[in-house]
Amino acid sequence: MHLAHYLGLLHRAQTALAAALREVGRAHADEADIAHLTEQEARRCDQRARALRPFADRYAEQAPDEPERLHSELFRGTRTGGLGLLRDLQDLYLMTAECDICWTLVGQAAQGLRDTGLADVVSEGAEETTIQLAWLRGRMKQAAPQALVVA
Amino acid sequence: MDPWGARTPYAAGEQWPERHDEYTTEPPERWVRSASLLHSNGDGIDIGVRGNRIVGVRGRAGDRVNRGRLDVKDRYGWQANARPDRLTRPLVRDGGELRECGWDEAMGRIVERSRQLIAGPGGWGRFGFYTTGQLFLEEFYTLGVIGKAGLGTPHMDGNTRLCTATSAAALKASFGTDGQPGSYTDVDHCDAIALWGHNVAETQTVLWMRMLDRRAGANPPAMLAVDPRATPVALEADVHLPIRPGTNLALMNGLLRLMLRHGWVDKEYVSRHTVGLEKLEQVVDAYPVEHVARICDLKTAEIERAAELLGTAERLLSTVLQGFYQSHQATAAAVAVNNLHLLRGMLGRPGAGVLQMNGQPTAQNTRETGADGDLPGFRNWDNPSHVRELAELWNVDMATIPHWAPPTHAMQIWRYAEQGSIELLWISGTNPAVSMPDLARIRRILARPELFVVVQDIFPTETSEFADVVLPAATWGEKTGAFTNADRTVHLSEKAVDPPGEARADLDIFLDYAARMDFRDRDGRPLIHWTDPESAYAAWQRCSAGRPCDYTDITYDKLRGDSGLQWGGERLYTDGVFNTRSDYCETYGQELSTGAERPAAEHHGDGRAFLLATGYSPAPEAPSDDFPLRLVTGRTVTQFHTRTKTGRVPELDREAPGPWIELHPDDAAAHGIHDGDPVRVESARGAIEVPARVCGIRRGVVFVPFHYAAEAANELTLTAWDPVSKQPLFKLCAVRVRGKV
Repeated sequence: MHLAHYLGLLHRAQTALAAALREVGRAHADEADIAHLTEQEARRCDQRARALRPFADRYAEQAPDEPERLHSELFRGTRTGGLGLLRDLQDLYLMTAECDICWTLVGQAAQGLRDTGLADVVSEGAEETTIQLAWLRGRMKQAAPQALVVA
Repeated sequence: MDPWGARTPYAAGEQWPERHDEYTTEPPERWVRSASLLHSNGDGIDIGVRGNRIVGVRGRAGDRVNRGRLDVKDRYGWQANARPDRLTRPLVRDGGELRECGWDEAMGRIVERSRQLIAGPGGWGRFGFYTTGQLFLEEFYTLGVIGKAGLGTPHMDGNTRLCTATSAAALKASFGTDGQPGSYTDVDHCDAIALWGHNVAETQTVLWMRMLDRRAGANPPAMLAVDPRATPVALEADVHLPIRPGTNLALMNGLLRLMLRHGWVDKEYVSRHTVGLEKLEQVVDAYPVEHVARICDLKTAEIERAAELLGTAERLLSTVLQGFYQSHQATAAAVAVNNLHLLRGMLGRPGAGVLQMNGQPTAQNTRETGADGDLPGFRNWDNPSHVRELAELWNVDMATIPHWAPPTHAMQIWRYAEQGSIELLWISGTNPAVSMPDLARIRRILARPELFVVVQDIFPTETSEFADVVLPAATWGEKTGAFTNADRTVHLSEKAVDPPGEARADLDIFLDYAARMDFRDRDGRPLIHWTDPESAYAAWQRCSAGRPCDYTDITYDKLRGDSGLQWGGERLYTDGVFNTRSDYCETYGQELSTGAERPAAEHHGDGRAFLLATGYSPAPEAPSDDFPLRLVTGRTVTQFHTRTKTGRVPELDREAPGPWIELHPDDAAAHGIHDGDPVRVESARGAIEVPARVCGIRRGVVFVPFHYAAEAANELTLTAWDPVSKQPLFKLCAVRVRGKV
């Protein structure tokens, strides 16, 4: 059973996203909404990672060795300026999208296992991730014309 | 000074008795119709005129809003109009200094700069307009059309972002569009009044007189106040919740849970007229009263008493203002008040209503006409057919009208100016160098040499000192136009006297700019084809047709007949059908914790209201060892905004000539501060020195009024805003105090 690997992947994606959110928030502290909302969303990522932990531990006992090239690297540091903000938010968006698809797949596995406890955690995590995606997408859509055409 | 005057008690269901307030310095030769301009109440007022001078005011007895009464600011405030330091000629900056000039030269400079900036791709993005909640409807509509169809920029907002944006956001979220459900006459019929962060006694004195008169008559309404300060409202209330700042949403979720637990719910109303009950129940279930009491630092018995007052009322009126709007999770908390009324079926009938209040007199018109960036007529920027309606009305290409994202809110406009992508900032009728948060930053932005700053105002201000061009404007009493108050009452304010010197009506300034810029429609005809207030109003009437704020029946003639006409009738939603239909609504919704815009495909509005809920989260900038106290800023009864007028009137100025800090006796004692002592107040951003008032306020919380330019409260406040309404958080900054050493 390989679920543990995907739980690990999702867990790591959540903690990596939390760290990246905080880094972007610090790098763009002059964008007050970014600074506040990245921190708020990072806390949510931490909570979700914590909620996943017991399931990851439980299923780890039944898992074979971790396959190669499981984890991806989507974030390599922040940039500056209006265009830099847009690119940083795009990185966050892609990292959130990775979490989003992981939630979907882990949710499918939870159904296959009839693990309602995991399914509940997934359902909440997936919903919050959808909100994060919508927020990032909207914020980028607002910023794009000014950053790409005007500035 | 007694700002509320003699009581005229009345009982439930009776008409509010008239009271004939009048103040003149000489006998008037004639009376000219107007309405109040120094708060949002919209009182019907007549201006007394002698020759070409204003010599007094009187409340209009037949008016539905004030029944003859005068607010203290209106009683004396008109005298500011004639102060000798009015701006009477345009000014332009030459060699670092402002010098007087003619209109041609001043407007010529603005147009020259505008033409340079508009040329090339993205020219629209180099303009920002920051207006007010104090111009007239015709002026706001004209400005909106210049922005959206002339320059094609989404960068337009008002200082209404600072005072009333949350009201609009909460109404849109719950009911589908902006527009006040309730009516001031609900005070006449209600059996309970809940004031949510609303110090109505100081912000809308005439509305408070109405409430006090009900309290003094037979069958008085019960009263609940939620406020960390012992305001006059809190002292009058039967139940006062001195809540910890930043925790309103936790309280609301707790109260909603108690409504559900006790069965204080109109089940039939909820099932017929709302969606979202299940999710709401799920969210508020996490807020048992003991938990809420800890978060909000209130006693459980107090919260339960408040819940009983709300839950057993048969005709409940709620009013909401800055204690909610300028605090943490503002929109979510204001929406929770809407939820309370939806759950209890307390909407659309006499005495059962919500008043999501406004701060400024014409804030409602900023929102209706689109001078706050919204599309006019409460249209939805994300609905292509709404944009097409406007393109047809204005006869412009649909692509001209910016609708790729929500309008740029004020805080973001200032950020673009800070970064340099906005290069022309046109500020009309407001004084951001005193009213914005973190003033040191605002001064840095205004002082940027690359930023071309236009200031259109009636007096020199702290902001006009930074201007490249200053345009002298006419004010109330010197120009004609309509405006609309917080309960949708429209008044016509007629020109009574000529403006001083070369000062011009704001409408004439905007029309002049449009003509000089030569904005054209698709057929080469002038985009702005109106020439005076009445023709501008007629253009607005066509724009509003078929929308919730439909003005087509409210003509100038009718406004000159009856005193005060409401659009939409006395109350909205009397049949429980809301403006949420997907093809009609103003928004497809926003997620409350992040402000994320919901896509059209996910909107399924069908005329039922939305019950929306989200969890409480702790506010930013929590008190720390370095800054252990919470500062809330606010208002005082005799002053308005940044005192541009009220500070120039001795009767008002002498009541509150300078700022002060209110401290709890324990906090004062801990710092060795006595009443009247000078206190140094510091935040991470700045410091001020003001005298102490040791008085009724929560322990750990201090209050400073925001009106004053010297030792300004906003030197201390932080740049942060609600994610949905984008209203700044003026009531949450961490500070420390020091007595004089």
